[in-house]
Amino acid sequence: MSNQEKHWEKSRGLLMITLAIWFVFSIGIFLFGAEMNEVTGPFGYPWTYWFTCQGSLGAFVILIFWFANRQEKIDEEFGFSEREDE
Amino acid sequence: MKSTNFIDNLPKVYGIYTGGFIGFIIIMAIAEQMGMTAKAIGIAFVAFTVFIYALIGWLSRTAQADAYYVAGRQVPTVFNGMATAADWMSGASFVAMAGGIYFKGYGYMALLVGWTGGYVLVASLLAPYLRKFGCYTVPDFIGTRYGGNLARFSAVVVLTVASFTYVTAQINATGTIASVALDIPFQYAVYIGLISILLCSMLGGMRGVTWTQVAQYIVLIIAYLLPVFWISNKMGAGFFPHFMLADEVARIGELESQFGFVKNSAADLATVPKGLAGITKAHSAVNATPWAFISLALAMMMGTASLPHVMMRYFTTPSVKAARKSVGWSLFFIFLLYSSAPMLATLSKLSLIDPNLSTGIIGKSIAEVQAIDWYQNWNAANLMFVSDFNGNGTVELNEFFMGGKAVVLATPEIAGLPYVISGLVAAGGMAAAMSTADGLILAIANAISHDVYYKIIDPKAETAKRLVVARVLLVVIGFAGATIAAMEIQGILGSVIWAFDFAMSGLFFPLVLGVWWKRANRQGAVAGMLGGLAAGTWYLVWVRTGGSGFLGITQLTFGIFGSAVSLIAMVVVSLMTQEPDKATQKMVDEVRVPSGKTILGKQ
Repeated sequence: MSNQEKHWEKSRGLLMITLAIWFVFSIGIFLFGAEMNEVTGPFGYPWTYWFTCQGSLGAFVILIFWFANRQEKIDEEFGFSEREDE
Repeated sequence: MKSTNFIDNLPKVYGIYTGGFIGFIIIMAIAEQMGMTAKAIGIAFVAFTVFIYALIGWLSRTAQADAYYVAGRQVPTVFNGMATAADWMSGASFVAMAGGIYFKGYGYMALLVGWTGGYVLVASLLAPYLRKFGCYTVPDFIGTRYGGNLARFSAVVVLTVASFTYVTAQINATGTIASVALDIPFQYAVYIGLISILLCSMLGGMRGVTWTQVAQYIVLIIAYLLPVFWISNKMGAGFFPHFMLADEVARIGELESQFGFVKNSAADLATVPKGLAGITKAHSAVNATPWAFISLALAMMMGTASLPHVMMRYFTTPSVKAARKSVGWSLFFIFLLYSSAPMLATLSKLSLIDPNLSTGIIGKSIAEVQAIDWYQNWNAANLMFVSDFNGNGTVELNEFFMGGKAVVLATPEIAGLPYVISGLVAAGGMAAAMSTADGLILAIANAISHDVYYKIIDPKAETAKRLVVARVLLVVIGFAGATIAAMEIQGILGSVIWAFDFAMSGLFFPLVLGVWWKRANRQGAVAGMLGGLAAGTWYLVWVRTGGSGFLGITQLTFGIFGSAVSLIAMVVVSLMTQEPDKATQKMVDEVRVPSGKTILGKQ
């Protein structure tokens, strides 16, 4: 397998992990919205309410920065990152 | 304004700008104490901020294609994040979102999740790859990846349908705010709004829009957060509302079960002015089926990743790496406002319905409420209404009605904040609507001037001529949008949601598969774009004309049907026809790695 194929395989793996986490916070937890709202969560808000207001939104922000860092590492590992002078 | 020196000085330039704006707010506050009228303050806020944007637009004027289309590809990560946040958060986000949450509660908050979660798709599936491609517009990517004028033209069609639906709503919003703040009729205010929008974008194109959008973000975020924090402190609800409103949320639930949701008769509701609504849904309790919530969130997420005016903001970053990070910053700046909207809705609702608070009106006598100053003001503006349906002389929960906009616009006044805050909020709403309208009009005009005129009609056209065409189109599209906005056909929020559905129906899969599926070819892409758009449009028309719909897909989520058809059509047609040639496959390989020259830079 060529260097580029390995790079792409790893990038695709990262995409799958990213999308799996995205799925949990955007869709997964809301399948159980009614049950989860009975329980008190962060700062005293009901869990589902907190996720829709802050939790999921914040998770997306962190997820994107995490993804960007991981992808940069993968690019560096296979020598595909951009040079500064480009 | 194009030297790298300017880029290095950006933090300083916008630091001074922010300080100057805060200084202006303080001057206005002092002027209010000295007897400046509310009307004069409103005019001063809107006129001052629009003047600054126009000045930035003029300073950013350019005659170079690279600067006009992609701001010279030198916008730093964080600033591009701010510009994208302003580009993204429209008049609907600013003025209507808190109101929607106030009335509809949990079901409506699907939009909060949808309009933020979509950025994960933007960052992981598309933005870095399209940046590597080096295109000027989204159809530029489609046209080069799949090849052929038909694919390019189909992308322009989808882009125009989605963006134009969106832009009429934004021009409508600028007109509404301009008409209230400047006290002129809506039909004229729409054109004043339009001229302000064009001042930002006409001379500098993307460069002008980028630097005005950063300025507009600063105004709109101050205008949104300052009242939320102030009201929270004034009510004694906590100095940091986001972490400290749990008791208030619980208290609303308590009051809701105490009052109950009484259903009004149709005859009673007929007496309520058009556009006003009462509280009929629980504030924090889960009151929607999972699928209703999830389908709306999903449609908004996929729509986010397909809207060209957002995607093209990531063409302006200096590198692929910067494009990825920039998506994170965009969402961070959006998060600041979106996480505050439910807090504003909570504070606004509690201050109105809690009988223990001095501002509460439920349980007071009708005559007493009708005598309140702010009630009279907003009643005159057709945004508030009480009526004694059951004849007991006091206001009940089901007897108080409010317009969606009033939650953001009137809450400062209800909570007893000085008028200077209301002027600030008007300037913020104007900034939000203008910045989005600018991005959208530019996206349409650039697609038509670059992809239809330059790439299809006259590939030999000189830069000067291309930019003249681009500017003429900008004005023409702006006026077309304003003319339709002046007719007031549909509400702001409804048409915004439709725009997402149109975009995802036609563009989501052709864009994503263009990067992630090498086998995708021209025939498949054209089938995906046109088939998806046609199927989505058909579903919308069908449901609007009395069709029952299926799988719980409504007129707000028709993009789910459209994009499903698009995916199937694209895969089936691609597999039935020849695979793309070697050169195209090699191009896809190059898009997938950040290093090396951009694809279009090589040609």
